[in-house]
Amino acid sequence: MTATIVWVYPELLSIYADRGNVLVLERRATWRGRDVRVLPLRLGDELDPGTADMILLGGGQDRDQVLVAEELRRQAPRFREALADGAALLAVCGGYQLLGHRYLGHEGDEIPGMGLVDLETVAGTTRIIGNVLLESRDEAGTPRTVVGFENHAGRTTLGAGVTPLGRVVAGGGNNGRDGSEGCRAGRLIGTYVHGPLLPKNPWLADEVLRWGLARRGDDRPLEPLDDRAEQIAALRAGNLARGERR
Amino acid sequence: MFATKLAVARAAGSLSRRVGRGGGTTLPGRVLTRLAPEAVERLSAGLPQGTALISATNGKTTTAAMAAAMLGPELRLCRNGGGANLLSGVTSALLQGADGAELGLFEVDEAALPEIARRAPPRSLLLANLFRDQLDRYGELRLLQRRWRETVDALPGTTRLVVGADDPAVADLGDGRPGVVTFGFDDPRHALPAMDHAADSAFCVRCGTGYRYAAVYLGHLGDYRCPRCDMARPPLDYAARDVRLDGLGPTCFRLDGPEGSYDVTLGLPGIYNVYNAVAALALAAALGVPPDRAAPRLGDFRAAFGRFERLELEDRGAVLLLIKNPAGANEALRTLAPALPGGTLLVALNDRIADGRDVSWIWDVDLETTAPLARTVVCSGTRAADLAVRMRYAGVEPERIEVVDDLPSAFDRACALAGPGGSAFVLPTYTAMLALQRLAAERGLTRPYWEARA
Repeated sequence: MTATIVWVYPELLSIYADRGNVLVLERRATWRGRDVRVLPLRLGDELDPGTADMILLGGGQDRDQVLVAEELRRQAPRFREALADGAALLAVCGGYQLLGHRYLGHEGDEIPGMGLVDLETVAGTTRIIGNVLLESRDEAGTPRTVVGFENHAGRTTLGAGVTPLGRVVAGGGNNGRDGSEGCRAGRLIGTYVHGPLLPKNPWLADEVLRWGLARRGDDRPLEPLDDRAEQIAALRAGNLARGERR
Repeated sequence: MFATKLAVARAAGSLSRRVGRGGGTTLPGRVLTRLAPEAVERLSAGLPQGTALISATNGKTTTAAMAAAMLGPELRLCRNGGGANLLSGVTSALLQGADGAELGLFEVDEAALPEIARRAPPRSLLLANLFRDQLDRYGELRLLQRRWRETVDALPGTTRLVVGADDPAVADLGDGRPGVVTFGFDDPRHALPAMDHAADSAFCVRCGTGYRYAAVYLGHLGDYRCPRCDMARPPLDYAARDVRLDGLGPTCFRLDGPEGSYDVTLGLPGIYNVYNAVAALALAAALGVPPDRAAPRLGDFRAAFGRFERLELEDRGAVLLLIKNPAGANEALRTLAPALPGGTLLVALNDRIADGRDVSWIWDVDLETTAPLARTVVCSGTRAADLAVRMRYAGVEPERIEVVDDLPSAFDRACALAGPGGSAFVLPTYTAMLALQRLAAERGLTRPYWEARA
């Protein structure tokens, strides 16, 4: 059975090279002989909850965000259905913000989100920009790191019951205050970390991939890949973040 | 009093050069701005033919150098030829060159344009293109376009505006402005089969609908029309037609303009250089030097260092093409592609402020179709490790990827791999390009950039 990676609004939600996340999932499946396909979801298309196994949402420019939010709100029941049925969802930056209840702009303008996760975002007066390093754990509870780059004006606050993706070791994180970064709820992951996110954090890529394949009945463990290049890049990016942003 | 301040700032520049702190291309301007905040206004107002400003994400240095080659034989120019294109760089150039000059010709950083244009209103303003570039520094593209619009709206009516018609976001800035001059590329034989991943303004700047393109030439540049509101590429005042590209060799095209048609030969490869040339020709015409005089002056034009550089090393060569953002990198790769099979590719990715701290843009470059053509890919620069990962996912086998962090060593390695009679193809980001330029200067391969100024 072919697992489907749905790339949501590639023309509008790919500002921080989010294409890289799609590519990494696709290649890491192909290298292992697993069958995946990439399906771009265009503005106006309906998400098919039954076949959307790995759903990817990237970041957009501010103006596009309003248009995108409207469309995503319309599709929210379909996203919810897919998630309830075991699909994986990865949302970065603007896409992450839209998972929540709303985004409050500078002039009190409000963009309602999809309401998939109990979080909300308020526009800050400055942007949080720089290399970032997180302490996280994978599904099995093994300690892991997440590295990348963040660039966001939004300050996101998680609801009391929501688990962050990680704790900030160096960088700003969700809001620059509480040390949390991103969110994790079942097979849903939201984060401000791009770079893109998955190339330097292959453990996270494999987690999403495993969920997506499992939904199509492929429960075989993922064969290890030679990720030395990724490990070196991650180690260095982490050191950069530590050096700059203590 | 002003004269004393000028002298102090000038002295700072020559001191900076003498102690080897670089070309003194920005320091005197910074000193002068501190001593006399109104310096840029006063010095530019003293130029009898006024100033011309050139801004774009891609190609501004080359376009400015081309315009200088066209205008230089007829007008004494004051230029910021060293690539110092912020307010401090323009002020430094005025300080060092305004005396006796007739026209100021400055390339200006996209984000610095609003302030410079406000303080020194230009006689002519060339706006060529806007691509996604260094989001960590400039913020989003749309924000930049809004600031450019405010800048254009605030220009005096006497300023001649020259705009790239093929870029919807830029063409729109000229809409309805009296005397606006448009330029573009118009040869559907060179259209891309599809828009690449780096494309930016594929949605109508007026109504948000996706554009339909009769032809895409470079990133989002091309012949577009909005199916809903009918916003379309405006008629071209200056058009490059019948374009003949020849790999890394010279390029020929026909320039159609209001003055007639002219055959142009350009010693530079690639569609992006055709864009630069048409832009410069349109600007020169707006400044009173028509194509019949301007076009022949492109014949022996040489690009600024690193934009297209051939270095000769005993029995082999190196070709350098600066990369700054996905659109520019895609064009550089498209230009190199015919020469690349079996060759050596060196990519040097730095993440200093001038390069952009965020290196995620390499994932928007279409390396898949080109990098695997090379026999060996050498990854270098401060973010060499990120590049190695990118190359792996682009389909380059691990055994053909070499990581050499130190740039001079990487350059030597790439040249060694190129072999006798061969060439290393080098794609450096901005500060890596400067480092290679220093290396080349130390080895006597070229002159330092501040000596190469026109």
